[in-house]
Amino acid sequence: MGRIQLKQVEKSFGDVTVIPPLDLEINDGEFVVFVGPSGCGKSTLLRLIAGLEDVSGGVIEIDGSDATSIPPAKRGLAMVFQSYALYPHMTVRKNIAFPLRMAKVSAEEQEKRISNAAEVLNLTPYLDRRPGQLSGGQRQRVAIGRAIVREPAAFLFDEPLSNLDAALRVGMRLEISELHKRLKTTMIYVTHDQVEAMTMADKIVVLQAGIIEQVGSPLELYHTPRNLFVAGFIGSPKMNFIEGAEAEKYDAHTIGVRPEHIDVSETEGPWRGTVGVSEHLGSDTFFHINGTGLADALTVRASGEVGLNRGDTIFLTPQADKIHRFDRQGLRIG
Amino acid sequence: MARAVTTQRKTINTIIAWAIGLLIFFPILWIIILSFKAEGDAIKTPIAVLTSGWTLENYGVVQERSDYAKHFFNSVILAFGSTILGLIIAVPAAWSMAFVPSKRTKDILLWMLSTKMLPAVGVLYPMYLIFIELGLLDTRVGLVVVLMLINLPIIVWMLYTYFREIPGEILEASRMDGASLREEILYVLTPMAIPGMASTVLLNVILAWNEAFWTLNLTAAKAAPLTAFIASYSSPEGLFYAKLSAASTMAIAPILIMGWFSQKQLVRGLTFGAVK
Repeated sequence: MGRIQLKQVEKSFGDVTVIPPLDLEINDGEFVVFVGPSGCGKSTLLRLIAGLEDVSGGVIEIDGSDATSIPPAKRGLAMVFQSYALYPHMTVRKNIAFPLRMAKVSAEEQEKRISNAAEVLNLTPYLDRRPGQLSGGQRQRVAIGRAIVREPAAFLFDEPLSNLDAALRVGMRLEISELHKRLKTTMIYVTHDQVEAMTMADKIVVLQAGIIEQVGSPLELYHTPRNLFVAGFIGSPKMNFIEGAEAEKYDAHTIGVRPEHIDVSETEGPWRGTVGVSEHLGSDTFFHINGTGLADALTVRASGEVGLNRGDTIFLTPQADKIHRFDRQGLRIG
Repeated sequence: MARAVTTQRKTINTIIAWAIGLLIFFPILWIIILSFKAEGDAIKTPIAVLTSGWTLENYGVVQERSDYAKHFFNSVILAFGSTILGLIIAVPAAWSMAFVPSKRTKDILLWMLSTKMLPAVGVLYPMYLIFIELGLLDTRVGLVVVLMLINLPIIVWMLYTYFREIPGEILEASRMDGASLREEILYVLTPMAIPGMASTVLLNVILAWNEAFWTLNLTAAKAAPLTAFIASYSSPEGLFYAKLSAASTMAIAPILIMGWFSQKQLVRGLTFGAVK
């Protein structure tokens, strides 16, 4: 079981409030991602759940019982750190065994669980090496191994992939998702990378300045962002925002259209501009369009390769049912 | 050409370094030489001293007149006892200062170090009275405590700098893994800090071994370490340079040998934190 509830949890360091009182419910077996820009309090929130930081107010419940003042060792949670935080003086085997040793698990049981975890994580050949002799990806797997052997109520991941190179990151992302499918244990995952959030999460919690901006499934956030911040943060490249007369046509203060929801034409369309920088990804091409008079620059996505060059005139048509409308306060209309 | 200059400069630097090294080592060397001379020869001019004959007589006399083994044993107890006791107190102190620092941590560290600036003789009188009151005069227990207190600031400082090098996340990981504070310090922090602890122990054993002020003033016979053993050959019986030298050589030999074998750790310990 791994149901975690935060009730009016707040945190301040001295006079600085990092997290104003917030409520959050994480259901058993859910993969929840905390996402937001640096300094938004997502890591602090995770550390509060872990018990590595004390709350300044409010209650944290794990499986219905108050865990607010229980030390981290007794909360039954496992954590994977950004720096891996392996014990450098112990072999991989001893690293993975450490939580079991602390829990006074019998030697045979330890051996069973270690070889199990090593097999799942492809670590069997490395069990007698030290962390210093492993690559970044292998170290991360050891850290995950150390977390899974103790069969925790929930896993906490603090930006676990940000020290890995891009290719490895995509691989580990899949591995963690696989792990979640297999173990069906609650996972809370902190990242600043919205792609990680979109691809892994059952539920995304978007944070800004310690405030929860929106909670929902990846597609909910994509299709119906609650405000301008979420609209701009989720989706890559970023949503285009247009204010002024064009927005008023739609009875809104601001309208937002994602780059993939704008059709490109060389001959006709309501919005006209010139092609600036183009980014060719092969499968897609992103054009940055200047001189539309709507916003500083618009980003549009075209499928595959499109024969447009810098300086060409281009016509754009937003897909009417994909336009997001926001009021003066930046909140979603409709 | 440039290469020639470098070689020349290297040679000069080497000569200078050896000269300074020998200059520093000279008093010790001289003591060792004198200890092998007859009492009459030891007070001659340096040239005459070097050309006179060699003898082992002094060592025999010193061994006969005073109990080297007893003093040696006391020195070992005082040096290692005070260091171990110091570690037991300093490890938790350095842990809390390094990993849960408060606003005043730096001030506390400086204040601790400032106690080293006090001239020891300033507190001799109160200390002496306290020792009489508690019946600790000329006891090893009393001296172990005093030597520990004297070196405690250094132990805490050294451990603090070592602990600061250890990433806090690793300790947090151990907490998440279910380790209690005791287990965290025992199984995670200490093994990672072993090199630092070794040089701390080494340096403090040497400092305690060489400590002369308190060991001379607070002991008489029972707890007297090797410092007292040397001192007993200095004043009242006139000048016995050769015997004094033999006693000194016997007293410093163990620590000199230990220092020689562990010089790597010692240098690391002394420069740690300074060379970053």
